[in-house]
Amino acid sequence: MAITKADVHHIARLARIALSAREETALEQELSGILDFIAELNAVDTAAAEPLTGGTDLVNSWRDDAPPAEQAGDPAALIAAAPEHRDGYIAVRAVFDRA
Amino acid sequence: MSTQSFPTGVRDIVAGFAARTFSAEEYARFVLGEIERRDPELHAFLEVFDDVVQQAREKDAERAAGSAAPLLGIPVATKDNLLIRGRRAGAGSKILEGYVAAYDATAIARLGQAGAVFLGRTNMDEFAMGSSTEHSAFGPTKNPHDPTRVPGGSSGGSAAAVAAGFAPAALGSDTGGSIRQPAAFSGVVGFKPTYGTVSRSGLVVMASSLDQIGPFARSVDDARLLFNVIAGRDPLDATSAAAPSATAAAKKPLVIGVPKEYFGDGLDPAVARSVRQALAAWERAGARLEEISLPHARFGLAAYYIIMPAEVSSNLARFDGIRYGYRAPDAENLLSTYEQTRAQGFGAEPKRRIMLGTFALSHGYYDAYYEKAQRVRRLIRDDFAAAFRSVDVIAGPTAPMPAFRIGERTSDPLQMYLADIYTVGVNLAGLPAISLPAAPVSVDGASLPVGLQLIGQWGRDHALLDAAADAEAAMPDGRRAITA
Repeated sequence: MAITKADVHHIARLARIALSAREETALEQELSGILDFIAELNAVDTAAAEPLTGGTDLVNSWRDDAPPAEQAGDPAALIAAAPEHRDGYIAVRAVFDRA
Repeated sequence: MSTQSFPTGVRDIVAGFAARTFSAEEYARFVLGEIERRDPELHAFLEVFDDVVQQAREKDAERAAGSAAPLLGIPVATKDNLLIRGRRAGAGSKILEGYVAAYDATAIARLGQAGAVFLGRTNMDEFAMGSSTEHSAFGPTKNPHDPTRVPGGSSGGSAAAVAAGFAPAALGSDTGGSIRQPAAFSGVVGFKPTYGTVSRSGLVVMASSLDQIGPFARSVDDARLLFNVIAGRDPLDATSAAAPSATAAAKKPLVIGVPKEYFGDGLDPAVARSVRQALAAWERAGARLEEISLPHARFGLAAYYIIMPAEVSSNLARFDGIRYGYRAPDAENLLSTYEQTRAQGFGAEPKRRIMLGTFALSHGYYDAYYEKAQRVRRLIRDDFAAAFRSVDVIAGPTAPMPAFRIGERTSDPLQMYLADIYTVGVNLAGLPAISLPAAPVSVDGASLPVGLQLIGQWGRDHALLDAAADAEAAMPDGRRAITA
């Protein structure tokens, strides 16, 4: 299947990556090539095969309904890992433009 | 002590410590010397920790105080996608620039409890995406057997570190072959356990339904020693399973299934010969070979290149410049923070896979791609299950070629993906598999390692390791890791 420049642009928007024009051109070709390769799956009769969703047959995994204290880690270290933080909060740019 | 020669295997080193032949500090200084001498050329490590000698001294003190932890004082190299509390972790990517782990990966915590000395972070393809380490944002690792060639990947730094004698053992991760293929290229043992056997908590995620942590070592026995330490159920990973229990001695003869699909077009003839020789040696030592068929094996790579990128596109959404690592400095608003951070922080291969996965999951294409691939995944697993009704272990080449030259396969992504053609099926099915050195082949004057891959039944990791030890003992040429 051939991917167009417009497809690449749309997918990049969905994937939240600001691609350069050069990257878009390269990806147009590379993704089309990979999709051509993947198209060989159309030759497989999968009518009787249920989708397999993971590497394990585990269905549910329960834990006690209590705060998992040992999982919490060190909150200060987690906040400190953010590239910008103030007063124990992660700092981000405005979501909306002040038009 | 400068003239002393040190053993290279974990068991032998532990015996040396126990007999007081040398101390953990002396051994640590020895490997640090080796790293200083050769790693400027090989680039197996992204960082060698500055407290290695101090860690080793603490282990010596613990031994003096009576501790007999199984890895006490053993230096272990760990892939850059495993979190060690208080230390940098970067998954070979610029987008994790400056990130310091706030907690230990479970596998790391278990190594620590077993007394290991953490040696440093090993190089890898960015986010474990690649088969050569050439996709590392920090430059490639060289193959210790021929520095003009790649060590394999994505765990190429860990494989090279063990092959070069920088560490007796290392940890890596395997999503489509990233432990086994570099083990094959570098001439060491690499083991990918059954999916879920080692907790994924604290492993920088790539594709959740495929990712699995496992050991590199210089013998099957050493790989098992590490595996026993890191395996086991973990409340922090809901898909983790109880550690498989050691099995009773297998019935003999072992029946080895040899899939005809693993010896078809695209397999390097010298690699095929080496693997056939290894199997013949094993047969002479008492194993029974049986040709089998895995009819859907040839579709594994195509199914993998839908399922893996789909999971990648979802999992790597978290790298957006907000919570960790790099943030684009000049973004005007939140959306442009995401878009610019990801544009500047990710290299070409993660971008390619995120784009591919985003496409495969997008409206109108989900059924044609993702669901189709999941159905093929079922057929691939069913093929293995059917084969295991008549054989104990499946054997074949780990990779279709020996280590290729740096730069040889970077221009066409599909050429790189083909290096994993015999390994991805195992991840899709969740099975355990191991690569061990067969006889090396001669290519352009260089002697290059070849990997024999053995695939075991789901959850029967110890039976697989028993079979691998049996094969290892039967192969005089390829026995044990090949020192480079």
